[in-house]
Amino acid sequence: MAGVGQLHLGTPFLPSASIRGRSSGGGGSRRLTTRIQAKIREIFMPALSSTMTEGKIVSWVRAEGDKLSKGESVVVVESDKADMDVETFYEGYLAAIMVEEGDVAAVGSAIALLAETEDEIPLAKSQASSSSSPAASPPAAETPVPPSPSETAPEAVSSPPPSPKSSQAAVSSTHPASESGRRIVATPYAKKLAKDLKVELGSVAGSGPMGRIVAKDVEAAAAVAAAAAPVSSVPPKSISDSAAVKAPASPAIQLGTVVPFTTMQGAVSKNMVESLSVPTFRVGYTITTDALDSLYKKIKSKGVTMTALLAKATALALTKHPVVNSSCRDGKSFTYNSSINIAVAVAIDGGLITPVLQDADKVDIYSLSRKWKELVDKARAKQLQPHEYNNGTFTLSNLGMFGVDRFDAILPPGTGAIMAVGASQPTVVATKDGRIGVKSQMQVNVTADHRVIYGADLAAFLQTLAKIIEDPKELTL
Amino acid sequence: MQASLSLPPAAPRSDPGPAVFRRSAFRFCGLRREALGLRSLRPAGSTRIFRSPARTPSRKTVTAVSGNGIGSLSKGFDYDLVIIGAGVGGHGAALHAVEKGLKTAIIEGDIVGGTCVNRGCVPSKALLAVSGRMRELQNEHHLNALGLQVSSPGYDRQGVADHANNLASKIRNNLTNSLKALGVDILTGVGTIADTQKVTYGKVGFPDTEITARDIIIATGSVPFVPTGIEVDGKTVFTSDHALKLEWVPEWIAIVGSGYIGLEFSDVYTALGSEVTFVEALDQLMPGFDPEIGKLAQRVLINPRKIDYHTGVFAKKITPAKDGKPVLIELIDAKTKEPKYTLEVDAALIATGRAPFTKGLGLENINVVTQRGFVPVNERMQVIDASGNLIPHLYCIGDANGKMMLAHAASAQGISVVEQIGGTDNVLNHLSIPAACFTHPEISMVGMTEPQAREKAQQEGFEVSVAKTSFKANTKALAENEGEGLAKLIYRPDTGEILGVHILGMHAADLIHEASNAIALGTRVQDIKFAVHAHPTLSEVLDELFKSAEVNTGVSPPSVNEPVTV
Repeated sequence: MAGVGQLHLGTPFLPSASIRGRSSGGGGSRRLTTRIQAKIREIFMPALSSTMTEGKIVSWVRAEGDKLSKGESVVVVESDKADMDVETFYEGYLAAIMVEEGDVAAVGSAIALLAETEDEIPLAKSQASSSSSPAASPPAAETPVPPSPSETAPEAVSSPPPSPKSSQAAVSSTHPASESGRRIVATPYAKKLAKDLKVELGSVAGSGPMGRIVAKDVEAAAAVAAAAAPVSSVPPKSISDSAAVKAPASPAIQLGTVVPFTTMQGAVSKNMVESLSVPTFRVGYTITTDALDSLYKKIKSKGVTMTALLAKATALALTKHPVVNSSCRDGKSFTYNSSINIAVAVAIDGGLITPVLQDADKVDIYSLSRKWKELVDKARAKQLQPHEYNNGTFTLSNLGMFGVDRFDAILPPGTGAIMAVGASQPTVVATKDGRIGVKSQMQVNVTADHRVIYGADLAAFLQTLAKIIEDPKELTL
Repeated sequence: MQASLSLPPAAPRSDPGPAVFRRSAFRFCGLRREALGLRSLRPAGSTRIFRSPARTPSRKTVTAVSGNGIGSLSKGFDYDLVIIGAGVGGHGAALHAVEKGLKTAIIEGDIVGGTCVNRGCVPSKALLAVSGRMRELQNEHHLNALGLQVSSPGYDRQGVADHANNLASKIRNNLTNSLKALGVDILTGVGTIADTQKVTYGKVGFPDTEITARDIIIATGSVPFVPTGIEVDGKTVFTSDHALKLEWVPEWIAIVGSGYIGLEFSDVYTALGSEVTFVEALDQLMPGFDPEIGKLAQRVLINPRKIDYHTGVFAKKITPAKDGKPVLIELIDAKTKEPKYTLEVDAALIATGRAPFTKGLGLENINVVTQRGFVPVNERMQVIDASGNLIPHLYCIGDANGKMMLAHAASAQGISVVEQIGGTDNVLNHLSIPAACFTHPEISMVGMTEPQAREKAQQEGFEVSVAKTSFKANTKALAENEGEGLAKLIYRPDTGEILGVHILGMHAADLIHEASNAIALGTRVQDIKFAVHAHPTLSEVLDELFKSAEVNTGVSPPSVNEPVTV
């Protein structure tokens, strides 16, 4: 029966003694609690009722950069019982919002930063992004803002690539990318999904009527990007220091701890679970690579990589089997994709990403190799743009460099097939003339969506691929 | 309490099942005393049409048996009362006129029931009943929380459309039957006012019949308003008239206008799988609602659904789909008039409001000039002519006068007019007329919005307070797992007068009447808060709301001055 006006004001969940709260009359609003840290205060998720453990940000009444005076409503928080306006207890500028509208934060965790003066806003912003995880409970006290003046932290942080904020604006009233000349037509839900999944609509090909982008296109783009999407939202600040990039991956793993998923892990997890809804099957093939190896040796000096060769071979095989390059998204129809875009899985710190070699069937092997190098460099630097990782139509995954001789891959939702490539190894084989010889052979294993691609399709495709690889002159044409 | 056990004897129902506007028996609640007290604080003349309920049943019986024309006042006239238009307003007026013993005729050029029954509230409720269920069945999260498992819900479009159509014809038959049973003459044709107290009517191509009437009520209603530049083809660009037939479910539909009609259709279409884009000329969606309710509605009814919107823009030009091209909607900035964007969608629903239907009424014969199409009337619905004089014996009710374009408002106005004709002065308090939007969850309101109340308070120098309760704290709502919702009370802390009540939440449309009745009867917050509500029910949301209001005066003195027959 707790109505709005009757909420308890006790704050047993708040961690610090400096926290105060008081009711402001009958309106039922609460003062925000803040903790002094230099001159930047953290605004915490208040405890609006005795049973509240977490709160959802309904809406931010004020925007970043707004000047707040004492007692002003800043944010509307939804507790387990009601929605309440929450007021600030201090004067200052709302410097950085750390928990976006619609997100949930634990009681007592920081949801925004309040700067005392306007000058401190950039400082607060960088501080906010350094502890970007909304649930991060320990305040960023030990890791103050990067002090080195040479670092471009503030400006770098203030312009993160496609931040969720900018796409939010797109959802409400204007279409994005209209300035680039090409108008993007996307349905309301597609736009919403694009915002949620952080997919840039400009890079998505529409499959709806009149080429409009519909929800499934965005889902497919996000699925192909799999883990990639979050990468672009990592503040570039961390790129400048490669040690910082590695930092989260290697340092002492505390055994026995429970670690919440990072955004990337969350995205991967979601995609993997989603993949279970696609009925897949696998077909393997052993391909002799002697000819390919010798070709590789010959043109390696020209910068050609094995990945590019494999991508090219696959693309050429796909031109003859368009069904293997198709995709089924709604379970009722499927699309023969107009271009052959080979996505190649690359492991990066904390996940993987799938840079895409577009039109791999048409681009010559040298350009393709250059392109690949460029993509890999960008991927390592976490600078890949969405259109460079989310429009693959066929995926390659190669674990041969680890000596893995065979494995199978999970089909990324929204694509038709993925090929797992094992190591090429010298193998004793019986030849047709009855002799025994040694040939380099590798095993490939294709996972495909059986709703649209059947066993015979894959078998024929693999046969074509084997022919191309075993007689690779086509590759350098 | 005895009140709940002592319903008045049920009125014998002479009319075979007019499900809608039967007002045979007043229901009593714990507030009955207040209701009968007819609080004297109300300005004279603004009493609503509540007579002593104890007398109602017998009165009704008599009139039903006595039939038409007995005790008639129609000296030298064909009828006492002729009503032009058999919509809900005309029907309500006719029923009450018969009850008052007036010889009554109703002229209808189209079909009985008017917009509400045939092309409005009624069929849309059928569609919304479907959309509500679809929404529940599709909400896996919600179902799981209740422990339910439903696999792949689907719908048959024709079946849904039939349901809406069947409902409309059923209600239409009910209305027609109730009029016939009461002895109201239904005259078919377009009614035209020939002169004071003189009406002609007839079908197109046939000679008109002239009849005389002591009093005439215009109740011709309204039609969907289509702004210039919008080409309606009835297939890809259409109004609510076509949409209610649900001939197809577009994948992507733009809805021009985000008022009641647009909002309800967005609920229907998104439940049936469409994506919706709102086009709203004002800077915010749902401009007519209390801002706080509007904000919550946006959070509950817009943001989580497959809906986006463009606000502050006009649809300058809308071209239906043809030659393989989609529907094109050219948007311009509402203020600067600069082109903003062109939408390409599968369909466009024009829900920009309704325009009065007053053409062919012959208003020129009696020197009446419409204002934006509306028939000018005073607060007693008496028609005003071009020189500002009242035209005797001529009234206009409902959408045609534009005072409050709601079916039940038209009916209430009609009853008020009949009261006046019968010699009882009556002014309808429009602030007591509730309104509802049947989205899921529903929105309802009565009286003023908070900004309106504050403005009035400033002008007249009184204070305004606001109380709110959440559905999240209501047991029944939580049992239904429908805790999303808010009830808001706007009142005067000095007197306890209720200025407005706004509800968004489960069954809000049914909940509002406790508040609208309180406003109509002048019940104060400090009195109504003692009324008992069954537990656990949604009505406790209002109970809490009234209880949370803080009124500075004590309980008002007992208002029952005379014994009440039960």
